[in-house]
Amino acid sequence: MSEKKKDELLHDHNHDGVDRRGFLKCMAWAGTGAFCVMKGGVLNSYSLSRISEISTADMMGELSFVQISDSHMGFNKPANPDVAGTLKAAVDKINALSGAPEFMLHTGDISHLSKPEEFDTVDQILKSATPKDVFYVPGEHDVLNDDGKQFLERYGKGSKGAGWYSFDKQGAHFIGLVNVMNLKAGGLGTLGHDQLEWLEDDVKHLKHSTPIVVFAHIPLWSVYPEWGWGTEDSAQALAYLKKFGSVTVLNGHIHQTMQKVEGNVTFHTAASTAFPQPQPGKADSPGPMKVPAEQLRSVLGITDVHYVRGQHALAVVDSTLA
Amino acid sequence: MSIAILTAALVIVFGATGTRHQSFMVNAQQKPETAEVKIDNFSFGPGTLTVPVGIAVTWTNRDDIPHTVVSTDGAFKSKVLDTDEKFSFTFSKAGSYPYFCSIHPKMTGKVIAQ
Repeated sequence: MSEKKKDELLHDHNHDGVDRRGFLKCMAWAGTGAFCVMKGGVLNSYSLSRISEISTADMMGELSFVQISDSHMGFNKPANPDVAGTLKAAVDKINALSGAPEFMLHTGDISHLSKPEEFDTVDQILKSATPKDVFYVPGEHDVLNDDGKQFLERYGKGSKGAGWYSFDKQGAHFIGLVNVMNLKAGGLGTLGHDQLEWLEDDVKHLKHSTPIVVFAHIPLWSVYPEWGWGTEDSAQALAYLKKFGSVTVLNGHIHQTMQKVEGNVTFHTAASTAFPQPQPGKADSPGPMKVPAEQLRSVLGITDVHYVRGQHALAVVDSTLA
Repeated sequence: MSIAILTAALVIVFGATGTRHQSFMVNAQQKPETAEVKIDNFSFGPGTLTVPVGIAVTWTNRDDIPHTVVSTDGAFKSKVLDTDEKFSFTFSKAGSYPYFCSIHPKMTGKVIAQ
């Protein structure tokens, strides 16, 4: 069986481009990022490691951008003693894309310990990426000890509250949300009242046909609450987005790719550029997962993940299938 | 045995007011006592720790990921603890002190000082 054959779908029951086997492989994917193309209001995402297999036609669209996540600059434990090296490798892959992405999203945990030099290193490495604009939202590791003051100074210009904001690109509306502040004992990620109010107002006047892309650090759906992989008040946020025909939610935090489609909303988590974390419930804790050094970079995107709006059968790929 | 004698002596010296509190203070001076909470695999161990008033509790992060130790009612709050870093707090008042990791709020624990 050739490498390429291995990735072909064997049983695509739901016609969603993901079979169960493919999904399980996808779950084991410790990639370096995702490449997204918006075409006709439909967002497709690809593992960066398989980018060479994607035809140029597929990579063209009204809009393309890249999501990277969880670079954890400063982490130096056995799971990856060289997180700068793997972030550079992610940038190399981005720069090798033939359909040049217009910008990047970083979905948080830029740094490991919120140290200035960690942010500086990431900034320096990302300078060598072809797309010059990077849009950030904080992860919990970026707001340690100072309630996110440093993050806001560095990345939060023009943002509201703890760093939420929105912008438009090629007719699509992008919304960066912050769900890592003021976390309560025993709870999950939190958006909070002020941010929810802002969100309601932000999308109120948009046409229903506007493609919406929401990005935040902690998943906005319940991936695995036992490990805190979810957001307390995400249902309220999603309620404000119900009227839209195409909503794409991009998250990080769980250091593995996962996808779920619910009605017009597709949820997608990106891999980390630093280290993988275990599948939900498959370890004692969600701590860094050590794989053999030679596999760290090669356990990349075995299956690309597609979302095509309008295909009725849902790829509801919850943690229970894992 | 010697502590009991010392305590009895203190009661005599200081009289009836605040004896319990003072006797434990002396205990701490005579034989510094601390209690430990280990942070392993995203959990506090032991989850509930009961200590005499006046005891310093030390938390040690043994995970590869940073954690914090934050009292839910504001009694204490550590800086972020990287691997092998420690935080100590002395419980000088009796009470129940629930706490959590503000980075991973599913991690909760409790200290009961009595």
